[in-house]
Amino acid sequence: MSAPPLGYLTSAGERAAAIVPLTWFVLAVSVIVCMVVAVLLLAAIVHPRGRALPTAIVAGDDHGLAWIKWGLVLSALPLIVTLVWTMAALGRVAGPPRSPALVLDVTPRQYWWEVRYDARDPADRFVTANEIHIATGARVLVRLHGGDVIHSFWVPQLSGKTDAIPGQTNLTWLAADVPGRYRGQCAEFCGLEHAKMAFEVVAEPPAAFERWRRAQLQTAPPPSSDAAQRGARIFQSHCASCHAVRGARAAGSTAPDLTHLMSRRLIAAGTLPNTRGSLAGWVRAPQASKPGALMPDQQLTGQQLGDMLTYLVTLK
Amino acid sequence: MADAMPAAPGPLPVGPVGRRGLGQWGVGALIASEAALFVYLLFAYFYAAASARPGWLLEPAPKLWPALPNTLLLLSSSLVAWIGEKGVERGRRAEALTGLIGAFVMGAGFAAVQVYEWSIKPYRLGTSSYAALYFTTTGFHMAHVVAGLVILAMLALWVALDFFSPRRRIVVSAGVLYWHFVDAVWLLVFATYYLTPYLGFAR
Amino acid sequence: MTPAALRVPAIGDDTPELRARLHAIWATAPGWKGWFTTVDHKEIGIRYIVTAFVLLALGGVEALAIRLQLAGPDLRLMTPEQFNIFFSMHGMTMIFLYSSPVLSGFSNYLWPLLLGARDMAFPRLNAFSYWVYLAAALFLYTGFLTGNGPNDGWFNYVPYAERQYNPGLNQDFYALGMVLLGISTAVGAANFVVTAFKMRAPGMSIDRLPILIWGTLTASVANLVVVPAVSLAFFLLWLDRQFGTSFFRPAGGGQPLLWQHLFWLFGHPWVYAIVLPAMGMVSDGLPVFCRRPLVGYSLVALSTVATMILGFGVWVHHMFATGLPGLSLSFFSGASIVITVPSAVAVFAWLATIWTGRPVRSTAFLFFAAMILLFVIGGVSGFMTASVPVDWQLTDTYFVVAHLHYVLIGINVFPVVGATYFWFPKLTGRMMDERLGRWNFWTMFLGFNLGFLPMHLIGLFGMPRRVWTYPAEMGWSALNMITTIGSFAFAIGVLLFFVNVAKSWRAGALAPADPWGGSTLEWALPSPPAPYNFAVIPTIASRHPLWEEALDENTPRSTITRGMMLDTGKETVTTTPLDAIPDRIVEMPCDSWAPLLLAVALGILFVALLLKLWLAIALGALLVLGALILWLWPQRRLLEREPAHG
Repeated sequence: MSAPPLGYLTSAGERAAAIVPLTWFVLAVSVIVCMVVAVLLLAAIVHPRGRALPTAIVAGDDHGLAWIKWGLVLSALPLIVTLVWTMAALGRVAGPPRSPALVLDVTPRQYWWEVRYDARDPADRFVTANEIHIATGARVLVRLHGGDVIHSFWVPQLSGKTDAIPGQTNLTWLAADVPGRYRGQCAEFCGLEHAKMAFEVVAEPPAAFERWRRAQLQTAPPPSSDAAQRGARIFQSHCASCHAVRGARAAGSTAPDLTHLMSRRLIAAGTLPNTRGSLAGWVRAPQASKPGALMPDQQLTGQQLGDMLTYLVTLK
Repeated sequence: MADAMPAAPGPLPVGPVGRRGLGQWGVGALIASEAALFVYLLFAYFYAAASARPGWLLEPAPKLWPALPNTLLLLSSSLVAWIGEKGVERGRRAEALTGLIGAFVMGAGFAAVQVYEWSIKPYRLGTSSYAALYFTTTGFHMAHVVAGLVILAMLALWVALDFFSPRRRIVVSAGVLYWHFVDAVWLLVFATYYLTPYLGFAR
Repeated sequence: MTPAALRVPAIGDDTPELRARLHAIWATAPGWKGWFTTVDHKEIGIRYIVTAFVLLALGGVEALAIRLQLAGPDLRLMTPEQFNIFFSMHGMTMIFLYSSPVLSGFSNYLWPLLLGARDMAFPRLNAFSYWVYLAAALFLYTGFLTGNGPNDGWFNYVPYAERQYNPGLNQDFYALGMVLLGISTAVGAANFVVTAFKMRAPGMSIDRLPILIWGTLTASVANLVVVPAVSLAFFLLWLDRQFGTSFFRPAGGGQPLLWQHLFWLFGHPWVYAIVLPAMGMVSDGLPVFCRRPLVGYSLVALSTVATMILGFGVWVHHMFATGLPGLSLSFFSGASIVITVPSAVAVFAWLATIWTGRPVRSTAFLFFAAMILLFVIGGVSGFMTASVPVDWQLTDTYFVVAHLHYVLIGINVFPVVGATYFWFPKLTGRMMDERLGRWNFWTMFLGFNLGFLPMHLIGLFGMPRRVWTYPAEMGWSALNMITTIGSFAFAIGVLLFFVNVAKSWRAGALAPADPWGGSTLEWALPSPPAPYNFAVIPTIASRHPLWEEALDENTPRSTITRGMMLDTGKETVTTTPLDAIPDRIVEMPCDSWAPLLLAVALGILFVALLLKLWLAIALGALLVLGALILWLWPQRRLLEREPAHG
């Protein structure tokens, strides 16, 4: 059985890894304490006593006080260890890296993730949505901006949660040691489709990451086939007010950038696989798979839908 | 061992006497809760100020006119109310009525001046979070002033109806204590909104 | 004729003639008039308990609906909008409309009996706090029934609660309903505080108080000063929504986190306020079934207060992921770890009491004993989240949902059910069915653990809170199904409890004054007690007035059958705060319409505010003013005024 995608008792990056042993420690302490108390409670109830009448009142001899004394002393030990370990772990994981290999500006919105790749050279900046790629071994600084309501950025395998709060910028960071796809999830109730506001962090070896990055910098090629051109026109009239496609006449900013839509494994913020069938279903009736999403159901004929899809699959 | 003698107290006062009685405790609890409310209002101000961008203070040097003389008016009204309470304590109705009605008039004057001050502010409730906090905090205080005025008026009415005596006057003490509370809270509100900017806070 | 200013209270014996005289003075008027105007703490207490149990049932049904929707992946039994309302209603109902009022009900009923008093300090205020609670519950549920229930969780974060994202009436119902409820809570708290300090029997010094008194007193002092924080937060939210202010809206310079601070400044002390009285009930009830006094009374009393004091200093642990500076995180993490210490004192005291006592395994005992284990499970999951870096993974997952259910069901519901089995004979004069009680206990205990233990795992596997559905690939499906099954089993257990209460009330075996061999004063009174409680005011010489004979030959004895009669009117005695020396005879108010009138006036005002009908608002405000003046008009009988001199 594979590990749960959003579980965090194992980790794949240094920031999360620093917390895992502490998590196991406090979990172990907790389980042991519960078992000890359960045994003591049961023993206290059933252990044999002398032969006095059951209704007789027993004067307090108050050796009972030793229970309180010992209980407090024994609890203090794991508490102190936890306190010290917590401060140490906090020191290690809290502060954002001083010279990060990569800087992202993430603005979560109802119910998707806008991701901007920052760089010193403006020509190296680009925007994408819902799927973040990073290079393994690199520390990535993430600046979280509030878009509409409070959301929370969480990739359990790589890092703990940090909220994105309107009116302030919160910093978090992550790093992956092992290549892989790591699921992320919004972790602060944000409205109707909080449940379906996931994302993926894809950690790749540096060379593969670089290839992906360069591809993302490209604008979309103009559609060649007739159907694709028809589809592009339908896209511009129906979708461009919200969505952007760099290189086409579509510069909306309230919905995910679709320039490289087909490079993503999932769509609708981790809700559906990015296959032609799912894409068709999503475009035609988003409310069917994600009721409450801010994308309205489109009124498209079958022909229009087909053309649109032909166009969309060119956005690699 | 035999039962202990039951509590056989000597003569006990019957009912509230002077200031003392359950009503005093009741008003004390009310004041504690209301004071907490103002603590949270002022917390909201300091929190918003500390988190705000420069320029949050709509008046970096808040005008002390008419707020400062108005503050003195309100504080004096506490003294006058105290005189009224003393009048009841000594069984002197004229003194009592003068004090209570006098405090009412001064409190009403405070309220009128405050409403005037609100009307000449260059900002409105919805202008910004500073404006919202200013009007809401002084507004809450105003609500308490109005409640206090109603109390003073009722106390004056009841004194006029000869309800109270030097012995039975806890209602007057409770009401006047509430008025003192309203005045004390104003000091804190005034200091926060009108004085702390001069100390450089949230410039 | 002017009553004398000083009186030496007459001392007498508890006789049938005295009882008849007092009964005539203290009994509530019969029929509907009496029902609306009663100020008897016992009647008010029972109303609180019954109303709270109704709301417990409603909140439970809401929970079962949620569990059905989450029983499997990708279910569509309800829409996201409905789900959001259901989980918000469930939280609000349980945390605000059940868990505190039920403890207010028990405390209201029991306090004067435990303290040797004839009523609470402010009987009319007592009636008022119930009517306003009822009004707030009706107000909030009207929202729900009109499709406008709260939909942003019970803690209602902004900006999602702002009008821009939440245009309907949902938030307005919640905001105004909470302000209204806050009035009830605050006046109730004031009543408990003053009663604890002034209305005790002579000789009941501060170190002789039952722990329930310590628990409710501590909670009430806290409530008095923290309820204004949440009332203010909701009021400011209402202003943002209705008048375009910017307290919380960043566009106008507002701070979303201000909401969280104000809410949790209230919210954290609140969660202690809804468990400390229940812990007090266990501390008073468990020793009776162990046939010995509580181990470590002073430590338990002091730890109650210490827990609450520390409880004021940990609120930020609900905000660890909001981007606060490291110093702040460290302080609050440390405080949250340290607070486990005083809260654990009671656990050790209870274990020691059972071990060194001779347990009688009544149903009440089973609930009290089981809560110890549930307390510890809830406590350790809380301890885990106190560590900031660990919390960054645990927070907002089902791990926290498991934690909060263990602490709320373990430290509130189980003690309340145990308390019902324990004190039911006193309240109703009948015994509950012990055999049904066994079924009740085991179904609740096993069902609850089956439902909520796996929830810790679901949380560790990353399932976030407040999600209306989840995909099959996440690995949560089987555990969710188990949780749903357990929840239904637990619900059946709760149903058995209600059945037992209903059938025993009608037809249970008649109860003697002291079915359990208790140690405190209420067991010296008939079941149920007379309206005046004590025919003569008792004098107290120890913590366990009814066990003095059995415990020690050489200590002075409390006197229960002879004392001050105070039968010349509806009167009682007040005492000094620490040593309980009598200091005044007070006249108590009779049945009164004023509390109900004021509550109705407030209801009208709040409905008018909800609908923004300015004329009705003005009318409501005038009615409130009128009702207040009516109530506070000085009464001669209460010695608030004296007849004019000739």
